[in-house]
Amino acid sequence: MTTLTDPPKEHFRLSMLLYDTRYRSATIQVIAMIGFMLLAAWIINNTIQNLETLGRTVGFDFFAEPASYDINQRLLEYDSRDTHLRAAFIGLLNTLVVAVLGCITATIIGVMVGVLRLSNNWLIARIMTVYVEMFRNVPVLLWIVFAMAILIESLPAPRAFRGENPEATMDLFGTVAVTNRGVYIPEFLFSRGLGDIHLFGTSSLRFDVSLDLIAFLIVFGGSIFAMRKVSAWANSTQEKTGDRPAIWHIQLGLLFVPSAILLGVLGFHLGYPELKGFNFSGGTHLRNSLIALWLALSLYTAAFIAEIVRAGILAISKGQTEAASALGLRPGRTMRLVILPQALRVIIPPMISNYLNLTKNSSLAIAVGYMDITGTLGGITMNQTGRELECVLLLMLVYLSISLSISAVMNWYNNRVKLVER
Amino acid sequence: MSDVSFVRTEMLPEQAPPASEVGVLGWIKHNLFSSWLNAILTIVSLVFIYYVLSNILSWTFESVWNANSLSECREIMMATWGDTHGHACWGVIKDRWLQLLYGFYPPYPAHPDATWSNPPETGGWPAYFRPNLTFILLLVAIAPVLFTKVPRKLLIVTAAYPFLLPWLMWGGSIWGPLMVAAGFAIGYFAYKFALPVAGSLAAIILAIALPILWWLFAAGSVADAINAIIPIGIAPVESRDFGGFMLAILLGVVAIGVSLPIGIVLALGRQSDLMIVKYLCVGFIEFIRGVPLITLLFVASLLLNLFLPPGTNFDIILRVMIMMTLFSAAYMAEVIRGGLAALPRGQYEGADSLGLNYWQAQRLIIMPQALKISIPGIVSTFIGIFKDTTLVSIIGLFDVIGLTNGIRADTAWNGVYWELFAFIGVLFFVVCFSMSRYSMYLERKLQTGHR
Repeated sequence: MTTLTDPPKEHFRLSMLLYDTRYRSATIQVIAMIGFMLLAAWIINNTIQNLETLGRTVGFDFFAEPASYDINQRLLEYDSRDTHLRAAFIGLLNTLVVAVLGCITATIIGVMVGVLRLSNNWLIARIMTVYVEMFRNVPVLLWIVFAMAILIESLPAPRAFRGENPEATMDLFGTVAVTNRGVYIPEFLFSRGLGDIHLFGTSSLRFDVSLDLIAFLIVFGGSIFAMRKVSAWANSTQEKTGDRPAIWHIQLGLLFVPSAILLGVLGFHLGYPELKGFNFSGGTHLRNSLIALWLALSLYTAAFIAEIVRAGILAISKGQTEAASALGLRPGRTMRLVILPQALRVIIPPMISNYLNLTKNSSLAIAVGYMDITGTLGGITMNQTGRELECVLLLMLVYLSISLSISAVMNWYNNRVKLVER
Repeated sequence: MSDVSFVRTEMLPEQAPPASEVGVLGWIKHNLFSSWLNAILTIVSLVFIYYVLSNILSWTFESVWNANSLSECREIMMATWGDTHGHACWGVIKDRWLQLLYGFYPPYPAHPDATWSNPPETGGWPAYFRPNLTFILLLVAIAPVLFTKVPRKLLIVTAAYPFLLPWLMWGGSIWGPLMVAAGFAIGYFAYKFALPVAGSLAAIILAIALPILWWLFAAGSVADAINAIIPIGIAPVESRDFGGFMLAILLGVVAIGVSLPIGIVLALGRQSDLMIVKYLCVGFIEFIRGVPLITLLFVASLLLNLFLPPGTNFDIILRVMIMMTLFSAAYMAEVIRGGLAALPRGQYEGADSLGLNYWQAQRLIIMPQALKISIPGIVSTFIGIFKDTTLVSIIGLFDVIGLTNGIRADTAWNGVYWELFAFIGVLFFVVCFSMSRYSMYLERKLQTGHR
């Protein structure tokens, strides 16, 4: 016969905080929290004392002072009488420009190289391996200064374009001038344009949005929407009757005609760069610093993306390829319809971290003098005002928010393409 | 029924495959000209390879080694080949290779006036003996960690290396590093003697508290006292003299070596059930990973002194080392977390069912497998850190890329780019490429499944 008794009632003893697993976790956490708070308090206290000794205060009022330095590559209008805040804002936009351009180019090159590394052409696969190993094993800073040196040293000076028999000529039917001061490309002009909207009035964050661009985007988006409608109609007709109506000419017309009409109405034309005196004027001037940074960052990151793409493709079992061949798909369609959609799920998470790396590496702009947020807020503004604490912390905050937003967007996309298991 | 058979009863003798399917021809046909597209691609690549190689090889080998300035180089090129383009001027490397490798580290620290070409008369150590010895000892110290066939006794060097490295590089009295090492010995003996007397918890607390007290209050003065009686030391070298590729290796080794244990702890913290610990770790990792290394280097060069008690002003290289270690630890933590997450749940449950406690389970069951899974990631983090050491040139340390600007600022070498970049690129390539090959070797060696 067995008797069930309640377990002996234990009274709480102090040693149970450590030896009883029910309480131990709480003890450890409390100790960790106290330790962390002590550390934080110690650092803050030290900082306050140090700042007092130096006779400095913490504040962001320096942002309202005039920056009095120039930013040569910029998206919005800015001159040296603008405030430090405006300079930081222009720098932030420059960071975003190079990050976006770099991510797009790196993805294109990386996917191509990654696929070609698996080519059954031995020579092509080897060349791509050499490319990947060369870029992955040399610091990105070296590639950036190297690209800058190539642009400055090996391209013709603007004066080489002058005269009856110039040493250098403009590329792409005389529309693009590649010089050692940068690349001049045609700019978009509207003779009957709608003008700009001025957001945020005259504050430091003022932002001009071109109404022409907005109108174009609306029309183009409308075209895409209409195309999808037409394609859905064609699909449903095919379902019903078995015949697919020919829609490619409708699609083509929908894609181009409305935009072309709009551009015609707005008086769209290109402004070509022209040689005036010793330099080019007109057109859009992409400076060497931007191009060097863009080129080096995209080639460097593309080498990593190529490896990710290759690993992603290899992760798809051979059975999938064989099944696709059994269905009669050609290699190209096998890749596009069977392998890549599955590989994408393996590829996207590491791809996100490479986009983040590219964005963070764009802070190396400071090495070639491209005025991104590190060059403005963390460079000249910091040196002029002597506000290291505020500038560096703000700089970190800016990058942290960029990183977190990129990963948020990419995680959302990742969740969308994730395999839905039934 | 007749026994006529229309089926062959004996096998035909095997025939040799057609000549176009085997050997070199067959290989070429299958790998280079298997289709029209491939044939075109092959020819285009051949032209491309020829173009690139012919330029690079002639640039590399039709070059000038004996010249003391760029203009002299150009004169020699003009006299030899009739033009100054397409020829390397390796004279700059011959002239400055010591600087590129060692920065401004004095060749004979005990004799500040002596130079590489003009050694001191009293003799003594060979030039750059100390950094070279540190590097050789590094190879000795990591050999038993990297290769299992190396005798285990060499682990003594590995244990002593963290104290040898700063002493050899910065010089000064030997008692400082020895007293720091003594702290660890004190901790060990405190644990050993307190364990039977006071129980495991008190022993652990004692083993942590005693060394910290020793380092904070006693070690410095004891070292000074012994040094006053028995002065043993080597000539000190200032941090600002550190530079070149040596600095990259120094920063890389320290950041890599220290970040691995910190990274493991952070990864365990992030995976743990203790909520506050977990969020502290997550916050730290995400913060560090969200900002570029260069902002952390700004913190090292500008802010770290503000964060420490007034009057502290410690070495810039040490500050950079701290920030780089924290940076790599956050990345390492994420890599190791990936390995931990890849382990099947059954491994944790198996460890529990054996009655192992948390640390035993981690040490004996979880970590060996998780680390094995994450080897490729760990090594690529190492490579990344090593490459990122070049960023210190932006905060004004004379790293190898920073030195190129200094060399160009010299009128003799004004305008020399490609030779320096090629030299630096090859240095980094050799180190990083061997690291990645080693990781592949290790992966193959530790491969236990799917044989």
